[in-house]
Order: sequence, then structure tokens, then C-alpha cells
Amino acid sequence: MRDWFKKGTPWIWLNAGAVAISLVMVVGLIGHVAFNGLQHFWPRDIVAFEYAEPGDEPVQVLGEVDRSETLTARGARERGFEVDADEELVTRHRIKRGNRDVTGQDFTWYVEENMSAWSYPDDAVRLERREWGDFYGFLREVRVGDEVVADGDDAWETFERLFAENLPRIEEIGQIERVEIGAVNAEIEEIRLAQRRLAMDDTIPEERRSEQEQALEDERGRWEAEYDQLAERRNELLEEIRRFQVMLETAEGEQVVMALGDIVKPSRPNVMSTGEKLRFYVGEFWDFVSGYPREANTEGGILPAIFGTVLMTLVMAVFVTPFGVLAAIYLREYARQGPLTRMIRISVNNLAGVPSIVFGVFGLGFFVYFMGGGIDQLFYSDRLPAPTFGKGGVLWASLTLALLTLPVVIVSTEEGLSRIPGSIRHGALALGATKGEMLWRTVVPLATPAMITGLILAVARAAGEVAPLMLVGVVKLAPQLPVEASWPFIHLDRSFMHLGFHIYDVGFQSPNVEAGRPLVYATALVLILVIIVLNLTAITIRNHLRERYRAEGD
Amino acid sequence: MTDVGTSPDSPASRGHMPSESQRRRLRRWRAFKDRAGKGTIATFGIGVIGTLVLMFVYLFSETAPIFGSADMTPAGAYAAPGDGDSATLHTAMERYREVAVRFTDDARAVFFRPRDGEVIKEERMQRPDGVSVTSFATGEARSHLVGYGLDDGTAIFARHDYDVSYPGGERTVEPTIRYPEGDGEPLDVFADEGYAIDAIGVQRGREGTAIIAANNAREQLRIVLFDEDEDFLTGNVTVERRVYEVPWPEDGVEVTQILMDTTMRNLFVGGADGRLHYYDISRMSSPRLLASERAIEGDNAEVTALDFLLGAVSIIAGGSDGSVSQWFVARDADGERRLRKIRDFEPHDAPVTSIGPEHARKGFATAAEDGTVQLHYATSARTMARLALGGDINVDAVTMAPRQDGMLVVGADGGFRYLDVNNPHPEVSFSALWQKVWYEGRNNPAYVWQSSSATQEFEPKFSLVPLTVGTLKAAFYAMLFAAPLAILAAIYSAYFMSPRMRTMTKPTIEIMEALPTVILGFLAGLWAAPYVENNLPAVFSLFLLMPVAFLVMAWVWSRLLPANWRGAVPPGWEAALLIPVVLGVGWFCVGMSPLVELWFFDGDMRQWLTNQGITYDQRNALVVGMAMGFAVIPTIYSISEDAIFNVPRHLTQGALALGATPWQAVATVVLLTASPGIFSAVMIGFGRAVGETMIVLMATGNSPVVNFNIFEGMRTLSANIAVEMPEAAVGGTHFRILFLAALVLFVMTFVLNTLAEVVRHRLRKKYSTL
Repeated sequence: MRDWFKKGTPWIWLNAGAVAISLVMVVGLIGHVAFNGLQHFWPRDIVAFEYAEPGDEPVQVLGEVDRSETLTARGARERGFEVDADEELVTRHRIKRGNRDVTGQDFTWYVEENMSAWSYPDDAVRLERREWGDFYGFLREVRVGDEVVADGDDAWETFERLFAENLPRIEEIGQIERVEIGAVNAEIEEIRLAQRRLAMDDTIPEERRSEQEQALEDERGRWEAEYDQLAERRNELLEEIRRFQVMLETAEGEQVVMALGDIVKPSRPNVMSTGEKLRFYVGEFWDFVSGYPREANTEGGILPAIFGTVLMTLVMAVFVTPFGVLAAIYLREYARQGPLTRMIRISVNNLAGVPSIVFGVFGLGFFVYFMGGGIDQLFYSDRLPAPTFGKGGVLWASLTLALLTLPVVIVSTEEGLSRIPGSIRHGALALGATKGEMLWRTVVPLATPAMITGLILAVARAAGEVAPLMLVGVVKLAPQLPVEASWPFIHLDRSFMHLGFHIYDVGFQSPNVEAGRPLVYATALVLILVIIVLNLTAITIRNHLRERYRAEGD
Repeated sequence: MTDVGTSPDSPASRGHMPSESQRRRLRRWRAFKDRAGKGTIATFGIGVIGTLVLMFVYLFSETAPIFGSADMTPAGAYAAPGDGDSATLHTAMERYREVAVRFTDDARAVFFRPRDGEVIKEERMQRPDGVSVTSFATGEARSHLVGYGLDDGTAIFARHDYDVSYPGGERTVEPTIRYPEGDGEPLDVFADEGYAIDAIGVQRGREGTAIIAANNAREQLRIVLFDEDEDFLTGNVTVERRVYEVPWPEDGVEVTQILMDTTMRNLFVGGADGRLHYYDISRMSSPRLLASERAIEGDNAEVTALDFLLGAVSIIAGGSDGSVSQWFVARDADGERRLRKIRDFEPHDAPVTSIGPEHARKGFATAAEDGTVQLHYATSARTMARLALGGDINVDAVTMAPRQDGMLVVGADGGFRYLDVNNPHPEVSFSALWQKVWYEGRNNPAYVWQSSSATQEFEPKFSLVPLTVGTLKAAFYAMLFAAPLAILAAIYSAYFMSPRMRTMTKPTIEIMEALPTVILGFLAGLWAAPYVENNLPAVFSLFLLMPVAFLVMAWVWSRLLPANWRGAVPPGWEAALLIPVVLGVGWFCVGMSPLVELWFFDGDMRQWLTNQGITYDQRNALVVGMAMGFAVIPTIYSISEDAIFNVPRHLTQGALALGATPWQAVATVVLLTASPGIFSAVMIGFGRAVGETMIVLMATGNSPVVNFNIFEGMRTLSANIAVEMPEAAVGGTHFRILFLAALVLFVMTFVLNTLAEVVRHRLRKKYSTL
């Protein structure tokens, strides 16, 4: 045994254990996120049971099983459960009962010992709603106006038909509220600013002034008429939809009447076949990726966050690529190699290790307050004191992250440049090329993949960075996307939503953390996927590149 | 193009070859392009480097002002506005420094322009003929209250008010005198007895307004309280006048100063004997003298000036020996409330004559008989500026403008001086940032970070110690978790792992590095923290059992299994064999957790810990250590793996040839050679842990505590910036201190990384020479 230790075999195994732990952790973590993120959209069966703590009246419970765990009896008692005295360990299940408007709480823990047998009633329905989260219950009646058009067994069919018929109307309302009214409001705001500019400008002669004022006033009138028209159309649609109602019964037997317009997605998971479930699942996932958030971001989709993340990283790439690449070419090809260059190289390298929040602080102070404030003074004085560029926005966030990722691009490009064999340069120079021609015609094209690798890594890093963005322009809910269909198309001064910040916000700042948690997992999964794909692409390009130069260098 | 290089006279080339002038032009164009290209690239290259320098310079420039001092510049001098015969008892200014007021000893209020002394308005308060003013006092600075004590035992109680309006966009300030109680006729204090009021104090609190008066000859101290009661339903306010007698501090003591705080619970009386007498008057009908403290040292020492700081908690006492000190009520070791001396400020050379508290901060100005004026700040114990007004002016009174940007000084000759004051950041000093500070309302000096609060009288507490300790604590526990795992894994994958497994393992672990920390933080805060709380025994048994299980597996595999079994798995795949072991141990520990709790911890380990006197927060250093450890493992792993992998092979080969086992070769030769590389890996990992923001923001409770308890949370510098930066007022002290925190982080990580980089550079050189 002593000999065994002396030879060191156990130590090797311990080292191997460290690798095993690391691997299990990485894979386990990604698996955990993937599992939790993906399962949320799966239509789980709705379970029904009777629950009675010793000495209490039994209650009917209907909902989805969310989580189960084992506790000591004492721990359970401390959490307020009535448990028999002779029990030592207790299993409890967390049931998502939904019906927040009726019961006030989405999730409840139930101890298994106090449950009756579980059943899965066929007619249990789950309604995803516009407000108050999900509803679980039984469909009893469908009403149009005051008239009951279907009840009992055909209620569901009628309901599905009516729901499908009304879907276009609901979508039109959403379109009007989110896009069209916003656009009209933006125009009216533009006119208000033009009027203010006119009032501040005293070089215009009197007669022209009143003329222009009149023109603006007319335009304003036109837009306001447009607004009224939109509002009217919206009210009309609302009125139409309001006629359709359903009457449902909760597990406890309470009757609830709900308007059709409040329902986002109805389903009866207990009677769905696996194929139907799969279709439902894909649809849900698509709605998540392509929808707008609802209910303080805890429901609905994450389209604006995906959009904000992508736009911000794209703008960042536009800034960081030329600067990073040219700086790397300068350091590698033009600057005299000496202690100073080495120092600069080390500093650039180390910049990658500077905490990202420091970049955020710099971005806030320098970009937002100093530069943005200056731009506002110069060009947007008619809007002051409301800031235009003097607050966080896409532009400043991109610039901040460009600074943050600059070292990544520089280091990667330099590495690429240093891999180009000297023979290629010498060949070009020997043929009479100037240094510039040698660089741009031979070296740089050869190093392009390295630059792309650097850029991809920079984008991957930027997509996952949250701390600096919290200071320079990310918001929990952006009323407008930074890009729109009318001129000037892109508004770099606007705040934006971001996947990473969405995770932080919904997970930690939202009023209903439990209900939002599955969405946080799903968002995290989307973010991880984006980043892993980007990284793997970069790694593949790099490996490919190394092979190529190994061949060419020989 | 291939035939261009043939001989120049051949007919074919003559057609393609440009003429001499064309070629010259082309050459010039090419040379120009070359130069332009070089210029552009150099501009960008130097621009990038300039940006880095700019970052540092900018952070520094935003931070620098907090260490600057204040200055006072004389901006006007004039004779007493109104008339010079009567003495000035008190002056005050309104917010915009357009109107100032002067209260004279013949009970007049003269409003004037502070810059040049031009009189705007004069108001004469009602005072019976032949009655003279014997004492004077003011309420808390923002209350604008003044009180005159008269020799017939009555008091005048008034308030100076400024109505600001904007007719035609132009600001106008209209000053008036108002009488909070009665219509301006003197109020009765000792009128029945006919005693003169030798010392007076006035204050307004939640219950109403109060006048406190003393007569030295009769040793009478009396509170007259105008108790306000607001009717719930009608909102009508009824005022009731109540009189309370307070026992005289001590026979023979002459009372010179009286102060009551705004809570109307504490009364302070300054005597000509150099002592401060502290009364508890929370029940006014039975006031108690709790203590008498010597404020000023020396035999003939006297309290010559006494005033509250903003919020009426701290008292500043100025003495005849020039000393300036701060006092407030705190509980001593026995839990008794006592008036305690908190700190001394830089003294004057002559008796202090006046104290002018600031209206929005815990700062104040003092003036002395030798004509010097000083600006102090309580929390930071700093004396910001000192100005000798010159000549032999004996300064009688000093007043700060409400926005602390101006100062009025009255000389004994009756002359007025108006000073511009620039004192933006007095709150910061070395002691305020890094040492224990005795804050108002606390019983002991402490390290506290608390930057904002709902009330205006709040004393900001800017100790960086809790944040620094929190940062180090988080980084320490992260390293404790990450460093062993990462280094051991690096040794294994650099030396023992089979190449095929290595090509799979390395990218997997390096993907960890790319995982957004916000996801790690979210998992740590929302999933791991409650999970760990519910399964504490599982976590600890995992840490203990895991290595044991590995050793058992090693023993079983290398000693007990038959050789042909062993041969099925080639060497270098031990890690793969151990993955099921890790999973099994994990499953076992989690499964056993409730049972272990039952057997050893009375069924609830968390409760058990609490019973042992250990505080347990759900989001604690244990969780943060694991989550942040997870984030730094790949950094440490990949750098140290590089260092170990690149150790020249012939070194190990030599060791092996001499009969060492592979492990012995690694432990004695490789690790020794690669240790600088491993060291630099740990440093870079540490740098990353220090600056990490999202994980600590989400997985700690963000409470700025000063301890290293693994079961408690912390607040780190970076998380603090993320939390507080968005709400800090731009350009304010808090804002700049957050910049200072960023600068500290920047410099710290930069230095750490540079050191590590230098070490690695040396190592690379060493390898190439070996």
C-alpha cells in the first residue's frame, strides 16, 4: 500500500478525478439549462387529486407537477406542513396550479402522504392568458353575447372554432397597439419638435413663420386624425371580440367567465397524442423566440431581446473590426519591435483581463455623459432637457463593448499575421511590391480567417456580457425596437433589450420569479446556444487555419 | 500579365509596357498609396493605444476631484447693511444667494443683497419700549427659526421666509418675516416672574415648536412647548401652550447655550464652566439630567459656540481655547445613553466665536476671534480650508449658504464679508474610506458602506473596507474551489491523458470560459442557493467523499481487477472511468442528505448551524465560491495546462530514464519547472474572480458585511458599481467614489495580469533555452 502511494498511482487518479469533475460540471450545467429550458414548452399532463392535511377538509387540486423533492419530517414541519408524527422522510411535490387571479399563487407544495391517487381528467384545459398567467380548469360553456352557444361535450370544439376565427382580429389589435400607434406618436412628437425649433429660431421673417406654423399645424391635424382612426378601429375590434366569452370551472368548483380576447393559447394536454404534443411544443417554442414579452417579461417571447443583442453586437463588430485589425497590423508590421511595442502588446493583452464593469463605468462617464451630452448640446438642443444621446443607447453600448473586445480581435489578428510564413512576404517584396502592396495583396488576405476568428470570438464575448450594458443602455422593456420600417430606419440612440439582461431582470427583479423561471431557463438556453455555436465556429476556423499553414509553411 | 517580363524591345511588350512618364506616375501613385496606407494604419494603431491611455486618464480625472481641497474666495466686503450702530446677532441666506438677512440686537431683520450689502427690505419686530434683548438663538439651519430673549422675560419667536416666483421667466425672491406662534407680540416665558432670559434655544420638531429659556440669577430653566395637534378629519391644527420646568444643571453654573434636537427628546445645555449638560426630555414633564461632560479642557475654559449639524444629531462645540469637537448621544458599554465626544477637528488659535452648519451635508464652518475661518466636515474629520481674513478682525458670526456655495462673515467691527465657497467633495478622506468611522446614531466606530437613504439628513457612509473585504472573500472562496480542481485537471490532461481524450476534453473545458456569467449567476442564485440550503450535508459530504471515492476506485482498478480487465481500457482514460464514479457519488450524497440530517443534525442542518451561532444566508460565499470557481476554472486550467504541456520532453525523459515513475517525474521535475506558469495562471484567475460582476450580483445578498464567514453573503466592488452607478448623481461624491472603485479594480487587475504576463514571458524564455 505504501509502495502504491509512493509510486504515485493514486495521485494520478486524483488528477484524473479533477478532470472528471470538471467535465461532469460543464456537461451537467449545460444539460441542466437545456433540460429546464426545453421542458417548459412541453405540454405536460394535468394532474388532479384530492389533498387533505390531517384533520382538514379535503381540497381538490388541479395542475402540473413542477418539481418533487424529499425532506426530513422536521424540515417539512418547519415549512408548515402537517405530517404524521411517525414519518421521518417526506416527499413533496410542487404543483403549478395557475389561476393566479383566483387563488393568488401559481405554485404550491403538497406533501405526498396527504394526497389521494392521481388522475388525469380528459376534459382538463390549460389556457395561456394575456394576464394573470395560466389557467387550469374545466370548460363548461361558450357564450356569444348573452347567449350560451355550446356546453358540455361540444363546448371545446365550438371554442376552438371561435378561437381560430378570432385570432386574426386579436393579431390586428396587437399590430395597431404596438406598431401603428407608436409610429403615429413618433410623427406627432417630430412635429412638436419642429414647432419648438421654429419658435426658438428668430432669423425667420414674420410672414414665413406663420406660414410654416400653419403647415406644421395642418400636418399635426392630419396625424391626429390618423390616430383617431386607428384608435377607433382598435375599439371596434375589441368590441367585436368582447362578445365571445367562455365559462370555466376551477378545480375548487368556482366559476370563472373569461373573454376570448384574453386567451393566448388553449390546450387540453391530457387528450393530446404525442404527435400533437410535439406540434404544440414546436409552436410554443417558435412563439417564444418570435414573440413579444408580456406580464413584466415573465411570459411571452423574447424577440426584442434577441433583436437587441444581435443589433448591438453587429454595430459593435462594425466598430471593432477596423480598429482591431489595423491596430494589429500596425503593431505587427509597422511599429518598431522593441521594449515599447512589447509593453503595448502586454497592455493590450491585459486589457482583456480588466473587469467588464470597469468598461461600463468608462462608457457611462465618457461616452454617455461626456460625448452624448456634448452631442445633445450641439445637435439636439431643441429636445433638451430630455436627452437624446446623453443617455444609454445602442451606440454607446456597442462602443463600450467594442473597447472591451478590442484585445480579442487584436490578439487573434496578430497571431494570424505572425503565422504567415516569411517566404511569402519576401517573395512579394522581391517582385517589387511596396510594403503596403505586400500587406494588402498577400499577407492580409491570408490572415483573413484569423481576423474572422477574432471577430467571432469578440461577438461571442459581447453577446454574453451584461455588467457593462447595465450602465450604458440596456433596459428591461424597450417600448420601441431600435430599427423601424421608416426613415431613418435605425435609431442608435434608443435603449434596447438584451438576452443576458433579460435573464438577470426576469430572474431577479421581476415580481413573480417562480412563474418566470422556466422562461429564464429558456432564454439562457438560447443565449448558450448562440455563444457555443459562435465559439465552435471560431475554433473550427482556427484549427482549419493551423492545418493550412502547417502545410504551406513546410 | 505573364509576358510583361520579356525583353523591353520586343514588339509584344512595347504594346503592353506603359511609357516612361506613365510608369513614373504609377510609381508615384504607388508610393503615395504606400505612404497613405502606412499613415492610416499608424493612425488607427496609435489611436487604439491612445484609447487605452484615455481610459485610464479619464477614470483618473473623474476620481481626482474627491481628493482636492476646498477654497474660499472673498467676493465682497461692506459695512453692516441697515445701520451700523446695532450689533449683528445672526445672518442667513436663501438658496439662490440673492437675499440675505441680518438680525440685529434691537430686534430688526434687515434683508439685503449678500454680494454688495444693498438693503432690500427692513422689518422691525414688536418689542415693548425700554425692553432690551438679552439673548438670541436659532433653530436647526433649515428651519429658518430665530428667537430673541428679552429682559422682561418674554421672547420673540420668528421665521424668515423667502417666496420664490417666476414672473415673466425671471426669478424673484420675496423675503418676509413670519411668526409661527401668535401674531408677533412677544411670547411669555418668564413674564410673570419678570426674570430676564439670559440664554434661549428654539427648535421645531414633529410635535410643534419649542422655546427653551434660562435665567442665570435665579437658576431657572424652562421649556415652553407649542404643541400642535392636527385633527384627523378636518385637518385643522390646534395649538396648545405647555410649560415644563427643567432642573438646573448644577448650582453656580452659568448657562450660555441651549440646544434641543428636532426629535424633542434631547436637550443640551452649554455652560460657562466648559461643560455640556445632557438632559433626556423624552417625557418633558419629568426631564432628567443624564450627564455632564467636559467639552473644553482647561480651568477657565468655556463653551463659546455650540450648534447642531444638519439633522440635529451631532453637536459641534467650540471652546475658548480654540478647540472644535463633535459630540452626540450614544450608548456606552453598559447600554447607558451618554453624550460622547466623537472627534476633534483642527483647532483655531483663538477662542471660537461662531459655528455655521451646512444645510445639506454634515459640514460646518467655524470662525475665531483672530479672524480665521475654517471649513470642516464631520464624517471625514477633514478641515477642508482655512482662511485668515487678515488684519485684526474679530469674527463674530459665520453663516453658510443653503447650497454650501457661499459664506457670510460678520466682524466684531460690524463689517460684513461675503465669500464664495467651492467645496464639492468634503466627504472623502483616507480615514473615511479605509478606517473605522464613528457615524451618527451608532454606538461604536465601524466600517460601513451605505451610500444613500430616503432622508435628507442622512450621513453617507463611504467605507470601502466592506466592499474590498467582500471582493477578496468572494475571490478567495472561488479560488479555493477552482485552483485545486483546475491545476490537478491541467496536470492530468497535459501529462497523463491520452491524446484522443485530450482533443475532446480541452475544448469542452474551454467552452466553460465562454459561458456568459449571467447564466452562472442566475443558476447560482435561483437554483444552487436554495438547493444547497436544502441539501447542506450533500455539499459537504461531496467535498469529503469525492477524493476518497477516487482513491478507492484507483485501488480497485489497479490492484484488485484482473489484468485482462485492466487492459481493456488503455492508460490515459482514467478520467473517463471516473465519470460514473463522480455521478454515483453525487447521486449517493444527494440521496443520503436527508438521512445525514436526521442522524447528525436533528433533521435540519441549517437550523443546527443557526443553533451553533453561525449565521446562514441563503445566498452565501459557499454558493458564490462554487459558481465563480466554475467561471475561473477554464482560465486557470488552460494557462497552466499550456505551461505544463510545454515543459521540454527531455526533462521528463531524463527522470524516467533514471527510474522515476511517471508521477514522480511529474511531481519532481515537471511541476517544479512549470510552477511559475501555474502561478501566473492562478493570478490571472484571481484577477478574473476579483472583477466578476454578474455572479456576485446575483448569487450574494449584496449586503456589505465585514467577515469571512462562508455561510454569509458579501458585496463586492464590482457588484456595488453595478447596483449603485445608475442612481448616483452625476458629478457627486458618490458618483466619483464609484469611479474610484472602478479605478481600483482596473489598476488591481491590470497589475495582477501584467505580473502574470511577465512571469509567463520569462518561463517561455527559459523553456526555449532548456
